[in-house]
Amino acid sequence: MKIHEYQAKAILREFGVPVPAGEVADTPAGARAVAEKLGGRVVVKAQIHAGGRGKGGGIKLADDPPGAEAAARAILGMRLKTPQTPPEGIEVRRVLVEEASPIRQELYLSVTLDRARATHVVMASEAGGMEIEEVAAKSPEKILREWGHPALGLQAYQARQLAFGLGLSGDLFKAAVAAILNLYRCYLAKDCSLAEINPLVVTADGRLLALDAKLNFDDNALYRRPEIRALRDVNEEDPLDVEASKFNLNYIKLTGNVGCMVNGAGLAMATMDIIKLAGGEPANFLDVGGGASPEQIENAFRILTSDSSVRAVFINIFGGILRCDRLAEGVIAAVKKLGLRLPVVVRMEGTNVELGKKMLAESGLALTTAEDMGDGARKVVELARRAA
Amino acid sequence: MSILADKRTRVVVQGITGREGAFHAARCKEYGTTVVGGVTPGKGGTTHDGFPVWNTVAEAVAQEGANCALIFVPPAAAADAILEAAGAGVALIVCVTEGIPVADMVRAKHFLASTPSRLVGPNCPGVITPGQAKIGIMPGHIHTPGAVGVVSRSGTLTYEVVQQLTQRGIGQSTCVGIGGDPVNGTSFVDVLRLFSEDPETRAIMLIGEIGGTAEEEAAVLIKERVKKPVVAFICGQTAPPGRRMGHAGAIIAGGKGTAAEKMAALGAAGVTLVKSPAEMGATVESVLKSA
Repeated sequence: MKIHEYQAKAILREFGVPVPAGEVADTPAGARAVAEKLGGRVVVKAQIHAGGRGKGGGIKLADDPPGAEAAARAILGMRLKTPQTPPEGIEVRRVLVEEASPIRQELYLSVTLDRARATHVVMASEAGGMEIEEVAAKSPEKILREWGHPALGLQAYQARQLAFGLGLSGDLFKAAVAAILNLYRCYLAKDCSLAEINPLVVTADGRLLALDAKLNFDDNALYRRPEIRALRDVNEEDPLDVEASKFNLNYIKLTGNVGCMVNGAGLAMATMDIIKLAGGEPANFLDVGGGASPEQIENAFRILTSDSSVRAVFINIFGGILRCDRLAEGVIAAVKKLGLRLPVVVRMEGTNVELGKKMLAESGLALTTAEDMGDGARKVVELARRAA
Repeated sequence: MSILADKRTRVVVQGITGREGAFHAARCKEYGTTVVGGVTPGKGGTTHDGFPVWNTVAEAVAQEGANCALIFVPPAAAADAILEAAGAGVALIVCVTEGIPVADMVRAKHFLASTPSRLVGPNCPGVITPGQAKIGIMPGHIHTPGAVGVVSRSGTLTYEVVQQLTQRGIGQSTCVGIGGDPVNGTSFVDVLRLFSEDPETRAIMLIGEIGGTAEEEAAVLIKERVKKPVVAFICGQTAPPGRRMGHAGAIIAGGKGTAAEKMAALGAAGVTLVKSPAEMGATVESVLKSA
């Protein structure tokens, strides 16, 4: 799960990671009031979950409160487009108004999982302000790493090593050591999957500040972090993704025209791949899971066919725990309720497959059956092409 | 021969009084697996669907010589269940549970390293040695004994390849689902080593997916150590970056972990790559013929 910058900074502040003074506003007048409280120059930042906001016009400097109001008026309500947003952009509903600090140096600091080592890694770099992937590709020697011990955590000497490696000394060194240890503590305490400060700046007056902040969370741990769950902003997600999440369906909207309904994540990805190989484009990823009920199948069918770009549907099920007869029951119920506006190709294998096939055949619905995955993919791509 | 599971495997099911645990304990037993009973803390001394229930894994080990734990405990308590099984000295721990927090698995994996126990999973279908033991949730009837070792990060996609193999009359030595989580107990490398040393396994089918570097690590081992033919399919060739594709570990992060990178690494290690998931069985067949 992702949260907004202003929410991330509030959490960092709680953990003693220094952030600029500022507050969130959802109206131009509110932005002006924050600027009046702060005094001096401020920066007005669009709050959306995607990065690259500055280049898209989502971050503006203002010299005084009227300027902050004008900046907020320009940003609020705009559909901000960045390389990380959908092509149509994301509507900006809030801005963060912060003190603007003259910057002497931009650094990078993050904590995330190192899958290969099965523990958490802290990364620090003097090349702050650009994407860390870019630094990793162009000058990997500029990235310093320290791995937290799985049980003991990150040690003070490791934080010192990183801070020295960044070339810091004196009070800045002490501030950096504290920031590193506190960020690690926050990452673990909140079950983050990523805690990233980019840039971590040294200001002209010698302070260390998290100028930007990104916290992502482990979805599997949200059950024990109700305070994080409360920060979810469904405006930032695709409406169909949100609808699917209500029924515990794993759905991701894509850009093609062949809708897919599959059980199991691997088979669902493989189904997308085989559609592409057959010359088509998948409209979605949809894993109905191992033990889907007929009701879940019905909801899955409704959601994937409500995507207006879908021209044909491919149902590809390998019944293990999910029995083919239950799948058939769900599909028949869904089609009877919603009507069959689109061609549907069904491929079933596994537990109770004969019963499932019989139920579909006797339902009188004009479904196309497929022998195997390859046959199903060819048929559905052809049907989508004819309907397009 | 086979790896990990055989006729001597004695399974205790943790979470046997839950819906999933009870259902699959019965399916495993039907298949012929020795299921000695189950564990649900607080229900020790009772029976559930004919299975004896203990309070602790240690009791199942002491009384029935359980040497394998199959875990269906809900995510919040699953890491603890893994540690309990390892603490009781169980040699093979298979964790089916999906949704365990990553931080819990980081700690559990560290503890496991200090014990002789092996963990398979979590978030996996389990392990099956056809005709001998089924420890997991896979449909037993599609498998047949034979000489192809199967290792996979996916569940249903493994069933798909097994079915394709069985339909061609090609049996499997052992099928291992290592699971779809970013931190798991047994890796591709671990299983490839075991298949490599198993005299009965003549060829290996590997099913990988986007995210992480487990396939790249497998490629290094294959190039250096594995003499048997390996066929691989990587799913997620069309997956968008930055999105988690169902499995917690299936994500292209920062441009890394793509199917293309993994296929390139495996191809360079001499692995036969399958582009279409419909061709997995046929490719193994032709590799076996030419081997």
